[in-house]
Amino acid sequence: MKNLKMSIAAMLLLAVSFTNAQEKEKMNHDHGDMKMDHSKMMNKNSDAKAEAILSDYFNLKDALVADDTKKVAQAGTKLVATLKAFDMGSYTKEQQKELADIIEDATEHAEHISESAIDHQREHFKTLSKDITDMVAITGTKSTLYEQFCPMYDKGSAWLSTSNEVRNPYYGSKMLKCGKVQKTIQ
Amino acid sequence: MKIVKIIAIILLVAFVGIQFIPTTRNQSDTVPSTDFMLVNNVPETIQKKLQVSCYDCHSNNTQYPWYNKIQPVAWFLEDHIKEGKAELNFNEWDSLSSRRKASKLRSIIKQIENGEMPLNSYTLIHNEATFTEAEAEELINFITQLKDSL
Repeated sequence: MKNLKMSIAAMLLLAVSFTNAQEKEKMNHDHGDMKMDHSKMMNKNSDAKAEAILSDYFNLKDALVADDTKKVAQAGTKLVATLKAFDMGSYTKEQQKELADIIEDATEHAEHISESAIDHQREHFKTLSKDITDMVAITGTKSTLYEQFCPMYDKGSAWLSTSNEVRNPYYGSKMLKCGKVQKTIQ
Repeated sequence: MKIVKIIAIILLVAFVGIQFIPTTRNQSDTVPSTDFMLVNNVPETIQKKLQVSCYDCHSNNTQYPWYNKIQPVAWFLEDHIKEGKAELNFNEWDSLSSRRKASKLRSIIKQIENGEMPLNSYTLIHNEATFTEAEAEELINFITQLKDSL
C-alpha cells in the first residue's frame, strides 16, 4: 500500500515537473521571439504568416513586371493558399474584423488573377495591392517596403515593392520605369 | 435503318427522362432589405437596366422563359446562376463591407467597359439585355459616383 502511494506521488511529481518544463520552454520561446521582434509586439506565428503573404505578393508583382501571365497565375494560386493560412489569433477584435475583410477581398482578387489573362490580372492587382498595403499597416513587417505609384494606369495606381527602384507591374516592359516612390514603410 | 430508329427512340426516352430530374430554381418572392436598389438611390432608367441585364444571374430571382425550364438548358442555366451569384448578388449588397463594395463596383465598371458582361450566351437570347454605348456610359458614371462616395 505504501509502495503504491509512493509511486503515485512520484508519478504526480513527474507529471507536474514535466508540464512545468514544457511551459518554461514555451515561455523561453516567446521571450526569444519578442526579443527578435520587439518593435512589432507580434508573436512569431502571425508575423511569419503575414510575411509569407507578402512574399507571395512580391513574386506575383515580379511576374507582372516580367509580363509573364503564366507565372502570375501560379503566384496567384499560391497567394490564395497563404491568405487562407493566415492566422489572426494574436490581434485585437477590431483588427481581426479588419483583417478578415482584407483577407476575404484579397483572396477574391488572387483567385481571379490565377485564372485570367494579363490585362485582367493587372486590374485585380491594383485592388490586391491596396488590400496588402492595408494588411501591412496592421501586421507590420520586418523589411522596409516602398509604396510606388504610377499616375498613368487607371487614373493612378499604387503597389508595394521591396526595392526603391521602380519596376512597373502595370505596364511591364512597355513602361518599365514609369512611376515613383510615394511612401516608405518600415 | 433499324439502328437509326433504335437510336432515335433511345434519345427520345433520354430526353423525356431528364425532364424529371429536379433542378433548383432561383426564385424568391421577397426582396431583402440589403438589395442594391433599396439601399442606393438608383435612377429609374438604371434600375430597369440592371433588372433586365443583370438580375437574372446576380440576384435571388430569375425570370425564366419557358425554354429555360427544359433540360438540358435548365442545367446550363443553373450553373451560370450559381456562379453569377457567388461573384455578386445584388440582393445581398448591403451585407458587404465598404472594401468589398468598392471591389465589386470596380469589377462592375471593368466588366461593362470591356463588354464582358452581360455574357454573350445571355444576350444571344435576351437581346434587350445588351448595353448601348449611352446606357453603358450612364451606368459607369453612376457606379463610379457610388464608388467614390463609399
